[in-house]
Amino acid sequence: MTTATVDRKILPPPTERYTVLGWLYKNLFSTWYDALLTLGSATLLYLVFAPMISWAFTTAQWEVINANLRLLMIGQYPPSELWRIWACMYIAAIILGVSWGMWVRGMREAGIALIVAPFLFMLFPSLELNDRLNLGGIAFAALAGFFIGRARGKSLSRLTTLSWIVYFPLVIFLVRGLNEEKQFFGVVGSNFWGGLLLTFLLTVVGIVFSFPFGILLALGRQSSLTFVKMFCILFIEVIRGVPFITIIFMSQLVLPLFLPAGFTLDRVIRAMAGTVIFSAAYLAENVRGGLQAIPKGQFEAADALGLNSFQTMIYIILPQALRAVIPILVGQFIALFKDTSLVAIVGLYDLLGIARSLLAQPDFIGRQPEVYMFIAAIYWIFSYVMSYISQRLEVRMGVGER
Amino acid sequence: MTSHSSPTRSTRVSPFAFLRDERFLQVLSQIIFFLIIGVIAYWFTQNMLAALARQGMQLGYGFLTETAGFDIGEKMIEYSGENNFARALQVGLLNTLLVCVWGLFFATIIGLVVGVARLSTNFIVSRIAWVFIELMRNIPLLVLLVFLHGGIFLQLPRVREAIAIPGSIYLSNRGLTIPWFTLTPAFSIQVPELQGFNFSGGLTLSPEFSALLIGLSIYTGGFIAEIVRAGIQAISKGQTEAARALGFSWWQTLRLIILPQAMRVIIPPLTSQYLNLTKNSSLAVAIGYPDLLSISNTISNQTGRSIEMITIIMAIYLSLSLITSAILNWYNNKVRLVER
Repeated sequence: MTTATVDRKILPPPTERYTVLGWLYKNLFSTWYDALLTLGSATLLYLVFAPMISWAFTTAQWEVINANLRLLMIGQYPPSELWRIWACMYIAAIILGVSWGMWVRGMREAGIALIVAPFLFMLFPSLELNDRLNLGGIAFAALAGFFIGRARGKSLSRLTTLSWIVYFPLVIFLVRGLNEEKQFFGVVGSNFWGGLLLTFLLTVVGIVFSFPFGILLALGRQSSLTFVKMFCILFIEVIRGVPFITIIFMSQLVLPLFLPAGFTLDRVIRAMAGTVIFSAAYLAENVRGGLQAIPKGQFEAADALGLNSFQTMIYIILPQALRAVIPILVGQFIALFKDTSLVAIVGLYDLLGIARSLLAQPDFIGRQPEVYMFIAAIYWIFSYVMSYISQRLEVRMGVGER
Repeated sequence: MTSHSSPTRSTRVSPFAFLRDERFLQVLSQIIFFLIIGVIAYWFTQNMLAALARQGMQLGYGFLTETAGFDIGEKMIEYSGENNFARALQVGLLNTLLVCVWGLFFATIIGLVVGVARLSTNFIVSRIAWVFIELMRNIPLLVLLVFLHGGIFLQLPRVREAIAIPGSIYLSNRGLTIPWFTLTPAFSIQVPELQGFNFSGGLTLSPEFSALLIGLSIYTGGFIAEIVRAGIQAISKGQTEAARALGFSWWQTLRLIILPQAMRVIIPPLTSQYLNLTKNSSLAVAIGYPDLLSISNTISNQTGRSIEMITIIMAIYLSLSLITSAILNWYNNKVRLVER
């Protein structure tokens, strides 16, 4: 009998290496129908993209974007108070930079793309000098944050998490202002909010304010109190069963009737109320998913330690449940970011609403393709970047898995 | 060792002991909750009735039998301005159902094709599918719809310069003209032909309907594609290998082995996409297709009956959602793995 040599070093299988032709053969022309598919889809690509590219560089008149860039970004927000928007962006850049330096390993390309983005934005011809300086400043703030985060490592972890939580209410505060008399830091009424700014504010308000309601609804649905439970189920299912646009109509047309005479809310606030109600129902279902994922042993252990049901929820169950649903909440934030475009139907001037009002001006008749493509690109970039980063972070940090 | 002395328990019961009784607390908290909700609802109703009284109106659905007085561009049943509001709502509901049924059909096909293409070993095919999916998933549907309607369909040339697509399909500012069948006198396919200033034969879909149908189909198709991809990837690779070892072709493997099993993973998320499509069809209101919501808006602008119309609309959409999910739950039970 021959004995096998057991001490031979086991090598991993050789990695496949291709030449260019080899790669082409493997991926594009391995069989006859593969070759057919390749040729067919290449033709399709050509037929779709060739006219589009030639349109974009010859027929299209992009001046409409350039001339109205400020309107599309911030609507009628008073220019003298513009520093508040910049402040929000600087703070976001710093926190994002620190978080990136601290938590994100790898993803070098995405990071570079994010730093380069403000510089690309500077290329818009209609921007003024101080806009460009601020954009550059934002990029440097993000970069500085990145190096701080990387140098200080995890010691800033708690502070950074806290600043993310504080950031969103702070934005609302900064944009709205404090002082009723219009001196320093006066109130900028919500009728001045517009463009991309309004889109973001609607999303942020929708998520932040729906959080407490969503959690209460989720807990109510799990409750042993029959009446509370039925109310919560009814509320959640009705809101989820009807289109968002009907809720927006309701908040615009019916909500004012519910309030006492003489008590008026302006349109933006009413739209925000609708967004919060809508978002709360969806958030409740997501949180419920997290609650159901908590093993029963956690409740029993809390009982055994003598915690009452309120303490069990606050200290034991909710922290775990919320942690488990973070990825879904990010997804919901992105979905809401897209869904807020519906307020344009009731005449609010969010990104889409401003675009539609621009196109109604005689100067810009027939510029629909350019304007809609531009705002579609803005929506696309923001939601793609957010979902890309959150997916990568999920995998990397094991959020939601524990 | 001394034995443990059990503490003597006082037999005196505090008169307020029931305050610590869990059953009592449950009932009490429900009563409080009920009262709070009741008070808020009462307050809202009173405010609402007062507001209506100031406008000299009363709640009620009697107005539905009044003459509508407006015309509707696209209708599947007889309707004119002399019919009543209820009839107008029926026209709208049928228009909604029409776009939903076709939308579900096309979205499913697009989703299946793109989802399978996403997993293709052919590099260019899977890349195209990826671009399509990422485009659809990251643009708001409303932006897609207004782009298709205002940015493409309304910018198309007049009928005489209509863009011809192979297969006798024409694109013009009147909309999308396609070959269509006729049953009278006998079944035959009619091919559209340009005659003078219009098409004869075939079926012309309005720009609004075309934009809505295309938008809903490709948008939902992008989401369904991701679901299909995830469903197929959930089936273990051994299934494919076993099928290939048995001599099944690629197509047979997909059709007979992979998809039937993947269906079980696909159906639940697919249900919610179908529901989304049904609800999203209400965005027709933004591009002027006379669906249920836009007709109800017209009615509520004419009559000032916004509360009544909103309740009707919500009830109808809620029932549409319930019907869709009931059908899909029935189907899900049918394809479910029967465990021994």
